[in-house]
Amino acid sequence: MPQPDASPDLSARVDAAVEAALAAIDAASTTAELQAAKSAHNGQGSELAGLNASLRDIAPEERKAAGQTIGAGRARVAEAIAARQGELAAAEEAAQLEAERVDVTALPRLRAPGGRHPLSMLADEMTDVFVGMGWEVAEGPELEHEWYNFDALNVDPDHPARGESDTFYVAPAERHLVLRTQTSPVQARSMLTRELPIYIVAPGRVYRTDDIDATHLPVFTQMEGLAIDKGLTMAHLRGTLEHLARIMFGEEAKIRLRPNYFPFTEPSAEMDVWHPGMRGGPRWVEWGGCGMVNPNVLRATGVDPEVYSGFAFGMGVERTLQFRYQLDDMRDMIEGDVRFTEQFGMVI
Amino acid sequence: MRIPLSWLAEHVELPAEGAAEWLHATLVRVGFEEEAVHGGELRGPIVVGRVLSIEEEPQKNGKTIRWCQVDVGEANGGVRGIVCGALNFVEGDRVVVTLPGSALPGGFEIAARKTYGHVSDGMIASERELGLGDDHDGIMRLDELGIEGEVGADALAILGLDDQAVEINVTPDRGYALSLRGIAREVAAATGQAFTDPAETALARDAGPEASGFSVTLADDAPIRGRAGCSRFVVRVVRGIDPTRPSPAWLASRLRLAGIRSISLPVDITNYVMLELGQPIHGYDLAKLRGGIRVRRAEPGETLVTLDDVERTLDPEDLLITDDRGAIGLAGVMGGAETEMDASTTDVLIEAATFDPVSISRTARRHKLFSEASKRYERGVDPAVADAAAARVAQLLVELAGGTLDELGTEVGEVASMEPITIPVGYWSALLGGDYADDEARAALESVGATIEAGADAWTVTPPTWRRDLTDREGLVEEIGRIVGFDRIPSVLPVAPPGRGYTRAQRLRRKVADALASSGHTEVLVAPFVTERQARLTGRAPVRLENPLDGERPCLRTALVPGLVDTAHRNLGRGLTDLALFELGRVFHAVDDQGTHELPGAESRPADDVLAELDRLPEQPLHAAVLLVGERVRKQPGRPAERFGLADAIEAAERIARTVGLELELRQAERPWLHPGRTAELLLGETVVGVAGELLPQVAADADLPRGVAVAELDLDVLIERSRVRLDTRVIAPVPAATQDLSLVVPVDVPAGDVQRAVRDGAGALLEHIALVDDYRGSGLGDGEKSLTFALRFRAADRTLTAAEASEAKLAGLRVATERHGARLRE
Repeated sequence: MPQPDASPDLSARVDAAVEAALAAIDAASTTAELQAAKSAHNGQGSELAGLNASLRDIAPEERKAAGQTIGAGRARVAEAIAARQGELAAAEEAAQLEAERVDVTALPRLRAPGGRHPLSMLADEMTDVFVGMGWEVAEGPELEHEWYNFDALNVDPDHPARGESDTFYVAPAERHLVLRTQTSPVQARSMLTRELPIYIVAPGRVYRTDDIDATHLPVFTQMEGLAIDKGLTMAHLRGTLEHLARIMFGEEAKIRLRPNYFPFTEPSAEMDVWHPGMRGGPRWVEWGGCGMVNPNVLRATGVDPEVYSGFAFGMGVERTLQFRYQLDDMRDMIEGDVRFTEQFGMVI
Repeated sequence: MRIPLSWLAEHVELPAEGAAEWLHATLVRVGFEEEAVHGGELRGPIVVGRVLSIEEEPQKNGKTIRWCQVDVGEANGGVRGIVCGALNFVEGDRVVVTLPGSALPGGFEIAARKTYGHVSDGMIASERELGLGDDHDGIMRLDELGIEGEVGADALAILGLDDQAVEINVTPDRGYALSLRGIAREVAAATGQAFTDPAETALARDAGPEASGFSVTLADDAPIRGRAGCSRFVVRVVRGIDPTRPSPAWLASRLRLAGIRSISLPVDITNYVMLELGQPIHGYDLAKLRGGIRVRRAEPGETLVTLDDVERTLDPEDLLITDDRGAIGLAGVMGGAETEMDASTTDVLIEAATFDPVSISRTARRHKLFSEASKRYERGVDPAVADAAAARVAQLLVELAGGTLDELGTEVGEVASMEPITIPVGYWSALLGGDYADDEARAALESVGATIEAGADAWTVTPPTWRRDLTDREGLVEEIGRIVGFDRIPSVLPVAPPGRGYTRAQRLRRKVADALASSGHTEVLVAPFVTERQARLTGRAPVRLENPLDGERPCLRTALVPGLVDTAHRNLGRGLTDLALFELGRVFHAVDDQGTHELPGAESRPADDVLAELDRLPEQPLHAAVLLVGERVRKQPGRPAERFGLADAIEAAERIARTVGLELELRQAERPWLHPGRTAELLLGETVVGVAGELLPQVAADADLPRGVAVAELDLDVLIERSRVRLDTRVIAPVPAATQDLSLVVPVDVPAGDVQRAVRDGAGALLEHIALVDDYRGSGLGDGEKSLTFALRFRAADRTLTAAEASEAKLAGLRVATERHGARLRE
């Protein structure tokens, strides 16, 4: 059964009310005006609300069709309001954002940049290389018993090397305490306490009675290495140093060994590194001392030299930093001028 | 060690060109360090001239100059007019003339120049101008100095000024290399060339009679470490030397290049032979000796005036040379003044002795007398070279000083034999890790003077008498590697067993440093030497140094803050006023009975109880500290400057603790160097692990720092030791929270933290979070009261809390605050 249409009169009134509402909605340029249009044309007391209310006066058989006509009209109005609402909200948000524009180059900085000291970072970088090879990082006291600093390392109390070692003695000297002159006491401590085989590096501060100048500091950092195992030779020493050198200075880096003397190693050598990135062109740079662990050192620490051999090396971290970054004056490393540290930031 | 090239060339062959560089390179290859080149700065023409006439011309300034005519030889232009300011010469004198075109030390170029109304066509030279010595009293008079040379002859060659010396550093194990003999042998070994041993030459020329009749007694009744102080003593006597004879120019030149001052001919000869053979020589004026010589230890309280005219009180460990009167020399270190050779000495007694290195080393150190002799003795002198050295001195005294070799003399003691070393064949390649042929090993060992008895499996190697440092097979391998070279050692990376990575402590330390740096702090590394006052700040007993570099700073730091204060001072001085510094470093606290009286031996592993004693070291905890001064936020558009304050120091301390998984508690405290009202102890439970505070204004002012410097220092070792290793994780409940505020009134002197702790304790498990949001004082409150407002967040794990449950928990918190601190709810 076909639904009867609403009366032509009602349709015309609904259409007129809707047109008026749409015109008002369209004219609204703010959400407030839109709100006003909404309440005027679709809210309580509006023409459409009135028409809707009048439904109850319409004969029941026509009420359904009339209701549909009014409902369709109100729906059109609500739809237009929603659409306009979206447009206006977007425009207003855009205006708000524009109003919030700032000069991104002039915003306040609330925390100064900090930085790690390049010596700390360089020492970390070096130990990372060894830890990556399965070595461990050993430590020992900076204020050390003379026995560990000298006797255990085959430096006899009456040997001139002991007198030439520029040692700081703790008062009174008869109690045999020193500021360690090298990280090598950690070798002795490691051999006394660790299980064999031993592969360790020991970074740390060492002390010498050197007056401070561009190339000498009374306090500096050494990186000690020690390997004790069956069948180790000087070729393993060179291989280890060359591996480190390549990681630190590039693939073309290599190691040259020159004979030298240290009481704790035999044979002993001075090591030079071929530094491809050196300012003024690649060249050999003195890097540190090394050698095969002296059997007397093995004996003093209870390792059987007939079964085990080992190699040891030590290099200055300051010196490494100095030639890697072309730093002319070592004093900058200890004076604590924040500009020195901050130029490195968190990266080395 | 400085090596005059002309001298070395008598024993090995040197290249004609570039000998200095060549020698450096050669010696570096076998393990010496290059130091410097001396001499060779002069350039000719510098010639011998004869002064023909002198006209003295007084000047207006009161000075008198001499206008001289000097014959410099036909080849050099004949007679030249030269102006000279010195007055110490006469017509007919032979002098040294530096002609135009020559150059003196320091790049001083000589040219014909107009002066005092004449054109001076060169210069008459003094010793100092030629770099020969400090004597500037006048020009060199060659006749007076006994220097030969015809007019026109090249004075550079005559004076040895064309010679150079190469300086190298000799490592302390190689005493033999402190001689021309030792260096020549090294050059020969490095290059494979022949070598003439000057000791053999001297012995071959020693045609004199067997010396005897002079009494020498070796009477060491207190050997040090079981070793006799003197093992051999050789005496020769030369009589009738001419004390007026000067040292010949070549000898003086070589000594000068070697770094030894020319003193007199007989003294110069003893020094010359020491440099040549490595054997220290002492010459006595025989006329001044009383009776024979006795070598013994000093008596308690005995004294000796040494050559440097210092009276020394001797130690019973000092080894002495004595005659009938008593001590006449500190053996191997320095002779005595009473028996010294002087300008009237005609009869010389030569001593060439072998002293124990340990004895000499101790005496030299005890008296702080480091002579050329003691330097050689403590490094070991070849005991077999004494005869040759004594003979060589005698020969030179005869040849140069006009003396006669006497029969009087003696030789006592013995040359200790060398211990042979057994080395398995091929051990060199096994230890060096490269391929070293047996022939090469043999040649290398023989080149350093060893003798080899070769067996099938092992060699028996006897080191030469001058290589007492060679005591084991590794030492022999070192010699083989040194002489043949390390270049052939391949590069082999050893494979370590699996490691455990960084220790937890190592990882945490790095994290702490990174956390501080990432939060705007700058790491510094400060030397730990501090003043007595700085060391005393903490109240901990400091460690003191016996030999500090700076007498003002004799102590080691007991805390890091003083070093940071110094560092801040330096930065402020450089205009860097806004600083957030941090350091991770060890501090040193003295302990009772630190160190040991004895030094254990090192022949084998010391017993465990001995090792335990060695660990009686001062405490050396690792600390972390920050110092904040100036502006934390600088003035910027839209934002005023903010200064660093105590809050920043406490925040840094908390950051350090949180980095290792800990929460610090704070307690109002006092420290003598910190602001009495702005100091917090930092605690873990009841353990104080650090302190934060503002520097006392006076302490800051002492370092030119402004008021309000904030610092914090923590014992990082304790923090890491107690760092969180386990965590009882809680259920993160997805139920809503109930938030409530609690305002309560307490006396003003009750710390907010204590009130907060009371509320937390009372509120129980439902309280998830509490924060202080307001501290109000003023109207509505009584005098001496404050109102604290806390924001509380409650949550149950299993259900949504009702407001009543949350309120109940809050009031439970209030009750505890009331019990502990008299808190009441603010209406």
